[in-house]
Amino acid sequence: MKLFLKFDFNTVSKKILEDRFNELNIQYKTLGFGEIELIKKLTSDEYDALNASLKDYGIVIVENEKSILVQKIKDVIRDMVFNEDTNVNVKSSVYLSKTLGHSYGYLSNLFSEITFSSIENFMIIQKIEYSKQLILNTDLTLTEIAFKLNYSSVAHLSTQFKNTTGITPSAFQRIIFKRRDIAQQKTNSL
Amino acid sequence: MQNDYIHLILADDDEDDRLFFTDAFSELKINTRVNTFNDGVELMNYLNKEGSLMPNVLFLDLNMPKKTGIECLIEIKNNEKMSGIAIVIYSTSASEEDIEKTFVLGANIYIKKPDSFNKLKKILSEVVSINWQYHTNGLNKDNFLLRL
Repeated sequence: MKLFLKFDFNTVSKKILEDRFNELNIQYKTLGFGEIELIKKLTSDEYDALNASLKDYGIVIVENEKSILVQKIKDVIRDMVFNEDTNVNVKSSVYLSKTLGHSYGYLSNLFSEITFSSIENFMIIQKIEYSKQLILNTDLTLTEIAFKLNYSSVAHLSTQFKNTTGITPSAFQRIIFKRRDIAQQKTNSL
Repeated sequence: MQNDYIHLILADDDEDDRLFFTDAFSELKINTRVNTFNDGVELMNYLNKEGSLMPNVLFLDLNMPKKTGIECLIEIKNNEKMSGIAIVIYSTSASEEDIEKTFVLGANIYIKKPDSFNKLKKILSEVVSINWQYHTNGLNKDNFLLRL
């Protein structure tokens, strides 16, 4: 016996998307063929899960090449800042261009074009981010943190923290601890 | 990563402030989509409605009729669906007490309304670009505090 099938690709793809998105519990709206608007921002785990699940059907989330390179720049910087085992003996611009195989000028322009920010700025944000983690989760003093992050002095770290966030490291710590207290009280009263 | 514009919402009862706000964004390089609401009740109705697009950044005036910015802030922080929204307090008050209180309640950014349009543009552009860093880089939102 032979069957002749007629496919309506539009319906097929819609149905696949619907099933995959529902399975992962992601809310979305269809904007047109091949375009989707998400109601809520995805975490990178959710994004990866979605990507993997769509791949089985030959559906690929389109990313452009420039964004991918920018992502690599960010990964390298984050590794430089957060991972103490990554020993960077050279200037960070040299390190970046050596690791990624492009000139620093090219990387820097591309980065600014895509992220509306600069590599230097991104590096500062990451360092401050790391110092926030250390302030909250370790017993290290600010002086020790400054040393760990290669700041020339504790004053330099404090100033950069204040310039980047608008608040001082100690005010930051106080606010987050108060938030934690409130969250704690909430769970206790449940 | 996934979308190339930022969705912003402003809740403010002052019409001039709303106008300055939308104008400032239309002159920035970053692609934005701006919605405004006249008070806290309108805002919360929108956010609670099924299928509403959640903004990436929400600007809240503190002094609004019917529902204040603080009340909105508390409601939003207690709602899982709205957990991804970065909250900016946008107020004329510069009292240290207000500032710390809103931060403790979960606000991410505190902006004192500037007195000139150019300053406003500069500040808003800074907020949007730093927030962009946060949501494209998986930085820890719980630790995101900024005062301008």
